[in-house]
Amino acid sequence: MKYLAFAAGVLTATAAWADKPELTIYTYDSFVADWGPGPQIEAAFEAVCDCDLRLVGAGDGAALLARLQLEGARSDADVVLGLDTNLTAAAAATGLFAPHSVTAAFDLPIAWDDATFVPFDWGYFAFVHSEGLAAPANFRALADSDLKIVIQDPRSSTPGLGLLMWVKTAYGLEAPAIWEGLSDNIVTVTPGWSEAYGLFLEGEADMVLSYTTSPAYHLIAEDDATKTAAAFDEGHYMQIEVAAKLAATDQPELADRFLAFMVTDAFQSVIPTTNWMYPAVTPDAGLPDGFGTLITPDRALLVPAAEVPAMRDAALAEWLAALSR
Amino acid sequence: MVAAIILGTVAAVALRAEGGRGLGPADWAAIRFSVLQAVLSATLSVALAIPVARALARRSFPGRAVLVTLLGAPFILPVIVAVFGLLAVFGRSGWISDALGLFGLPPLQIYGLHGVVLAHVFFNLPLATRLILQGWRDIPAERFRLAAALGFAPRDTARWLERPMLARVVPGIWAVIFAICLSSFAVALTLGGGPRATTVELAIFQAFSFDFDLGRAALLAVIQIALAGGAALVALWLSPFDGTGGGLDRPVRRWDSGSAGLRLLDAGLIAAAAVFLVLPLAAIVADGVPGLMRLPPQVWQAAAVSVAIAAVSTLLLLALALPMAWAAATGARALPEAAAMLGIAVSPLVIGTGAFILVNPVADPFALALPVTALVNALMALPFALRILIPGARDIAEGQGRLALSLGMGGPAFLRLVLLPRLRARLGFAAGLTAALSMGDLGVIALFADPDTATLPLQMYRLMGSYRTEAAAGAALLLLALALAAFWACDRMGQRHAEA
Repeated sequence: MKYLAFAAGVLTATAAWADKPELTIYTYDSFVADWGPGPQIEAAFEAVCDCDLRLVGAGDGAALLARLQLEGARSDADVVLGLDTNLTAAAAATGLFAPHSVTAAFDLPIAWDDATFVPFDWGYFAFVHSEGLAAPANFRALADSDLKIVIQDPRSSTPGLGLLMWVKTAYGLEAPAIWEGLSDNIVTVTPGWSEAYGLFLEGEADMVLSYTTSPAYHLIAEDDATKTAAAFDEGHYMQIEVAAKLAATDQPELADRFLAFMVTDAFQSVIPTTNWMYPAVTPDAGLPDGFGTLITPDRALLVPAAEVPAMRDAALAEWLAALSR
Repeated sequence: MVAAIILGTVAAVALRAEGGRGLGPADWAAIRFSVLQAVLSATLSVALAIPVARALARRSFPGRAVLVTLLGAPFILPVIVAVFGLLAVFGRSGWISDALGLFGLPPLQIYGLHGVVLAHVFFNLPLATRLILQGWRDIPAERFRLAAALGFAPRDTARWLERPMLARVVPGIWAVIFAICLSSFAVALTLGGGPRATTVELAIFQAFSFDFDLGRAALLAVIQIALAGGAALVALWLSPFDGTGGGLDRPVRRWDSGSAGLRLLDAGLIAAAAVFLVLPLAAIVADGVPGLMRLPPQVWQAAAVSVAIAAVSTLLLLALALPMAWAAATGARALPEAAAMLGIAVSPLVIGTGAFILVNPVADPFALALPVTALVNALMALPFALRILIPGARDIAEGQGRLALSLGMGGPAFLRLVLLPRLRARLGFAAGLTAALSMGDLGVIALFADPDTATLPLQMYRLMGSYRTEAAAGAALLLLALALAAFWACDRMGQRHAEA
């Protein structure tokens, strides 16, 4: 019965910390991974909080919110970290979250004034390709080209939903026509980002929907300067990742302290080279070398959070209709 | 009890539902596509498996035992690993497309319904072959001896020995494969080429996390169960209940190796199946070797967790499957198997969510993550184990049951002297399949895991999710090796005294 030994190990580990308050944060899986931001952030916060920080991977994007809805007020979670602006309206409507008291000089392309959600990083969606490719300058040029792309399904993936909103924001009523034009460029639609990016690296497509910051990973971690993102002249849709305090938390003060800690250098300086996104507040030391080589879109596109739910369902119906032919 | 656990989790999801909007046209399209691809995949897998199994049954050659073990490999791979292995061979920049390119031909177009079916055949053809091969092994040696004495041609052997056996085993195998393809999600979407290839499982995921409509999720899960359960009942109703009869357990000798043409045909079939099987595996190995050196230590730790879970699942499975197989063989015939079929018919997401809803009020789900995972993995493997065990149990009930009864042999003695020794090879195969399946399954751990209890498949997904493709490929190779080793060990243990 080896699992009993495991269970016992987990229990004793919990008991040893019982004298300190515990702050539980639900986040997405790649955040808690040993090579993600999680371990460094846990160490940095525990050094100042006299508490035990417990990071729990509880699904990505919409699944994270669904998990919290499922647990309701019984949830152990004190803070959720990793929702994005496409989800905040739906999240706020659940009534599970409490207002924050964080003030910071955010380095976001837009003004931030949400009372419940605090941003911790952000990025632009973009199509990533290898160098030497004559990259298109917008969706129309992409649709007219023979280039093959891999995208993610908006129903199961955050970037997939981002692309949906990107096309809808940039083209409005013309969005269905754009999708019809793109349909012969799309090699396939994957359930998540990992599969799509893997297919691209295997050479199954010329371009993949990812982030403008993706080339920074290859440059900094692999010393590979051959990946770039295509700049689109209609602008790039943004993803802003946010955290919030649960209304039912039993550690409200600790949760507030964590949210305040989140916008300081100790947290923000970890983000660029572990989460491969832009920090919400640029650290004093600036961005790491390599981020300077990234494309910087002229126009940042973002649908106001409150308008997302209505727009999302209409855009999804158009997407399904255009690609199901 | 098995049915209660499975249906209980679905009911738990349904009861948490608040309103919801029922099924839309998109859901119906998903149901139609799921059924279509599952029917095609199951039919093709079984149709191709029959000649391959027949070839393997009547030939012996060096490396046959290795090939028979490798037959278990594709089935136990995590889907995403298998998909990448297949794409390395059949993809737009795969080996075949590269070869076509040398002749100026366009790359292979794998994305679409045919790609989905190809992947499902890759997963299930070897399993079907292995299960049907078991059917051949169950024909007593004396029958083949008699056939040889009567001067049977291969055609006569087929008519009097093989076809009746196939009629008994094939419908059940078809139903199991149909059920597993029905709940396909990542394979169907990734290789399907777009939202046309939406399956019920994706619709469930969408209902659950995109719309948070638990009522619709549960409704779709029930439809999925009804489809798979219906297929299982029809299959069991179609398959006759008579056994092959007993024998004296002599090693099987075949005198009907037939003409040179027949030998060539068999060799060709075996070679084609082996190439189809081994090429994608070779691609996984080739991809993984460089990454193996760069595995973070946590991956090794996760591997240990996975091995422990696999061991517990296997023990649980044996404890569940043996009584159920015996019950199915002696009395209530279709019930245990139909109950077990639920295990693969029900969406893992729904089982996981339901288990979570049930566990959450009474205990900390994280503390129970590993036991729950082990239990769910055992339930998922149960239908396969029963497919393996029931025909053997049935033969024992018919062959030795009455004798044991007349000798006044009690339960424990019967178990020790008759049932276990005679089922040994099948138990080994079932245990191996469960151990390997449990090792490779992402399963419910994703819903329950905290950082300390990640399994190997989960760590592999995390590596993939943070750009570390090379290390992820290394983890995939490690997973393949561990799963195959577990499968091989159990399978061998069962066959030590039997001819493979």
